[in-house]
Amino acid sequence: MIKMTINDRQVQVDASATVLQAARKIGIDIPTLCHLELDCFEVEHRMGSCRVCVVEIEGRPNLAPACCTPVLEGMVVRTNTMRAINARRTILDLLLSDHPKDCLTCEKNGNCNLQELAGELGLHRILYSGEMSNYPVDLANESIVRDLNKCIMCRRCETACNTMQTVGILSGVRRGFEAVVAPSEERPLSDTKCVFCGQCVAACPVGALSAMNRTYDVWRALNDPDKTVVVQTAPAVRVAVGEEFGLEPGTIATGKLVAALRHLGFDKVFDTDFAADLTIMEETTELIGRLKKSENLPILTSCCPGWVKFFEHQFPGLIHIPSTAKSPQQMFGAVAKSYYAEKIGVQPENLVVVSVMPCLAKKYEASREEFSRNGVRDVDIVISTRELASMCKEAGVVFEHLEDEDFDRPLGESSGAGVIFGASGGVLEAALRTTADWLAGEDLSNLDFVEVRGMKGIRDATVTVAGMELKVAISSGLGNARRLLESIQKGEAEYHAIEIMACPGGCLNGGGQPYIHGDTKILEKRRQAIYREDANKPVRKSHLNPDIQKLYQEFLGEPGSPRAHELLHTKYNPRNNF
Amino acid sequence: MIENAKHLREHALELGMRQAKGPRTRILVSMGTCGIAADTEPVLAALREEISRRDLQDVFEVVETGCMGLCHSEPSIEVVDGVEGTMTLYGNVVPGQAAAIIEAGPYEAAGVEVLERTWYCPENEENTNGALQARVVLRNSGRIDPENLDSYLIAGGYQGLARALTEMSPEEVGGEVRESGLRGRGGGGFPTGMKWGFAAARKARDKFVVCNADEGDPGAFMDRAVLEGDPHCVLEAMAIAGYAVGASQGIIYIRAEYPLAIKRLRKAIEQARENGFLGSGIMGGKFSFDIDIKYGAGAFVCGEETALIHSIEGHRGEPTFKPPFPAVSGLWKAPTVVNNVETFANVPAIIRRGADWFKQIGLPECTGTKVFALAGKVSKVGLVEVPMGATLHDIVYGVGGGIRDGREFKAVQTGGPSGGCLKADHLQTPITYETLRALDSMMGSGGMIVMDSDDCMVNVAKFFLDFTLDESCGKCTPCRIGNKRLHEMLTEVCAGRGTQETLAKLKNLSHTIKDTALCGLGQTSPNPVLSTMLQFEDEYREHIEDKKCRAGVCRHLISYVINDDCVGCTLCARNCPVDCISGQRREKHEIDQDKCIKCGVCHSLCKFHAIDKR
Repeated sequence: MIKMTINDRQVQVDASATVLQAARKIGIDIPTLCHLELDCFEVEHRMGSCRVCVVEIEGRPNLAPACCTPVLEGMVVRTNTMRAINARRTILDLLLSDHPKDCLTCEKNGNCNLQELAGELGLHRILYSGEMSNYPVDLANESIVRDLNKCIMCRRCETACNTMQTVGILSGVRRGFEAVVAPSEERPLSDTKCVFCGQCVAACPVGALSAMNRTYDVWRALNDPDKTVVVQTAPAVRVAVGEEFGLEPGTIATGKLVAALRHLGFDKVFDTDFAADLTIMEETTELIGRLKKSENLPILTSCCPGWVKFFEHQFPGLIHIPSTAKSPQQMFGAVAKSYYAEKIGVQPENLVVVSVMPCLAKKYEASREEFSRNGVRDVDIVISTRELASMCKEAGVVFEHLEDEDFDRPLGESSGAGVIFGASGGVLEAALRTTADWLAGEDLSNLDFVEVRGMKGIRDATVTVAGMELKVAISSGLGNARRLLESIQKGEAEYHAIEIMACPGGCLNGGGQPYIHGDTKILEKRRQAIYREDANKPVRKSHLNPDIQKLYQEFLGEPGSPRAHELLHTKYNPRNNF
Repeated sequence: MIENAKHLREHALELGMRQAKGPRTRILVSMGTCGIAADTEPVLAALREEISRRDLQDVFEVVETGCMGLCHSEPSIEVVDGVEGTMTLYGNVVPGQAAAIIEAGPYEAAGVEVLERTWYCPENEENTNGALQARVVLRNSGRIDPENLDSYLIAGGYQGLARALTEMSPEEVGGEVRESGLRGRGGGGFPTGMKWGFAAARKARDKFVVCNADEGDPGAFMDRAVLEGDPHCVLEAMAIAGYAVGASQGIIYIRAEYPLAIKRLRKAIEQARENGFLGSGIMGGKFSFDIDIKYGAGAFVCGEETALIHSIEGHRGEPTFKPPFPAVSGLWKAPTVVNNVETFANVPAIIRRGADWFKQIGLPECTGTKVFALAGKVSKVGLVEVPMGATLHDIVYGVGGGIRDGREFKAVQTGGPSGGCLKADHLQTPITYETLRALDSMMGSGGMIVMDSDDCMVNVAKFFLDFTLDESCGKCTPCRIGNKRLHEMLTEVCAGRGTQETLAKLKNLSHTIKDTALCGLGQTSPNPVLSTMLQFEDEYREHIEDKKCRAGVCRHLISYVINDDCVGCTLCARNCPVDCISGQRREKHEIDQDKCIKCGVCHSLCKFHAIDKR
């Protein structure tokens, strides 16, 4: 511990602290912009590049950035002198002088750190106006819009992409006033190994990176009398969407969500959790098959499209080990456009499947060629949790006051196992519940595999199912996935099954979720809500979902049957690693 | 293999004697990049041909050396006669003069321009002869064959290293450098011994010594001169640094635009390895040290030590916030000493002759010498090395021979794009890091550009900002956007659109950039603006209030007018690119001011001085 003085107040802090941390400890806030810390994922972005947090330190000739200046014994800091405040205002002035001030129509309106800062610092006019950046907007992919005209060079996206996810496509390019963050050769994202996880979007403090908005397409479908429009909502949406309407983080809003979707005009409101149960049927069948033959292990989950694209680019040598089961979103689409369309007598092309996802990669996933049949996509439109919230607001749906409603059947019935897909470790736990029952041949009462739960980036456990010791591992965040895969490649670790999610913490922290602005406590609350929802479900194992059983009886036959394979399984393609 | 300092001294003496027994007259030909560019190769060939034609190989030896610093008189050669003890310096030599030079031998050749030698070498000569220049850094440049190790050894080469390794402990070596008062010559002026001390104090498996040879200041080329003229001295210094701090690996980060320097460095490294001055167990001891070369891709900001380190690591060349300083956590997070070429070039002399000797040169508070690249409107442009504390007057009027064409001195820019302008009032100021900083300028790496009344100071500030704008990495806001705005405002002033508010904004923004930018580049980039505003405020006011540029540089503020001397020759009208000059043959012509684009073609073509620039 060291002692120092900030604005004439004494503070004792750990010697490894920064001036910013020391100031916040005694309730003195210093504005920041480029700085981002996600403590539960050990992500520290302390570039000190925006210079908004500059403070005066006695004995130093220049102002110092509070976010990355280490504290020293006896240091005397002043955060609110005329000199520091003027410098901050000038820096903000400069940033705004090269920023399109189209806040009213910006995707990040109300969620923008720059906007907030301008409000806080009370800047009333821009003194240093001049030439502004002029870049074409990258709209060439399904998931992410890159508008570099709004980029403030905080470089948080680089940390998200390169350090946290190790996808590694973003870097500073060009120099001086023209410096921006871009992929190599300034290619559009669609020409890179970007996996569209959207963590860069979540990290971006302004509107330079945002989600491709598809709400208009949804409105058009809803208003087309020739179309039957059904919607599926992913597990992680229900525990986060309430935040957009001022509900406490961690509120379970499943019933309100269903009601809101009906209000918007969807013909049927279904649940991706149903398809998650279906995924467990197929994936567990595959797992048990491989375990019995003791070949092609470990099995890797394949629900996450960001992860799938990641290994296609970066580990093409391993594409035989992930499960061939499609993701729940795509299983839902395939079943909706075959089983359900047939059931209600609607041509697949007249049935519109909309997904509400916590994820931006799901937008890209739905556009993959193999997920269309005869030119008709299995999933037509994917919108994020945030887009759904904006649709509700637009339509005047007072979300927080809605009465709870239930999903439609048959594709809305789900087990607790389907719900926990939204948290890291959930897919594996769901699979273990079914594996245990199937191997034991009975309905076991012990179904909480708490050892696989948590937020830590890489976890492993040995679980005993039906007398068999299974070594399992879970990783979330692609950087952790890379470390885990590399340790397997080097032969340092051996597992039977591994769950991997692209986003740290799993889907509850997806790139399409309400912004957390660095407050990772929100994620923990969402996680707890998911397990509460699971605990409250009458059925908590996928194979016991009655509508799943009916689907196999009426349509698919056995898990792993040829029909199941045709509809519910996929294959992977090696891709360029650049 | 050389075993110790004494052994090396004896070896050097023996080599010296062997050389003395060779041809009595040595002709040193300046073959740096600048010499080659000034067409020295034909002169070299002519000299060799003349010698072999007369069959005088036993009498004359032609030696290709590095730069002599005499840019104003390239090709330059020096004839050194071992018997008469004469040294004759010739300038602007052409191949046709080879015969006369050989004919004259030790005497001054008729019809060839003889130059005055304005320097002495403190390491070898106690008598200054009143010379303004004192060459420590450039002691061997232009005097030895840089591609010949023996040539370096005769000049006392590697004796510093030998002394360090065999007679001193690492702490003593660091102490000697600290005691000498040597400070970083790359710009910042940080005490070198202290920097080494930080790295030496760290316990680490790996440590690195990095030589910053990414010389990027426009117009500065002293590092190139040292690398081309005396590459071994940099290697020797790096090995000494390695010994002092406990590093076994050195890296020279050199810009790829210096092919000759790279070639000579490579050769020098090979020679040093072959002769046991680099590699494992140097001079039979336990100390091992080797050096690699890494190329820079031509980014000014990579001269900043943290940016340079990132570049070596294969990342984008961007500075990071200090602390941690590289001496604590640098290359691959290992303690790293980064010094520039000129700083290193002092080290072997310091260790060989001792700190006390070094402290005699310069001022007590600012020891040693500084090399300046003297350029601009001065009569004798070139590389000059003066003791710290020399005045601008000594350099501009003494070494530089005053302003070209007898014009009036207006200003001198020191420190390149990071420095500032000083005016006639400051000519008597002794040059040190502190005095320059006090005048809103800086030592920088030693660019020195002299200006006369034809230079517009607003435009000069804009010119330097142009450079920083291009070279900023764009990482921090003040440098990325702030400098752009400064440049835009200066453009407004030059175009006659500036207001009093522009001046206030220029000043405020400049101060904020200095106060908040992340690295040295940004923190110093407004210096040209602030110092010209401080020293030449009246010129800024004229641009704004009178819409006038007294130097006639700012195109928007001048007009060309035809006076009564016009004879109506029509030359101007025929050459005007926008056809804005009209008039009958043999009658006075007129310029349409609305159409005129102020290109100045008419002004420069008129043979009758009939076009005034106002």
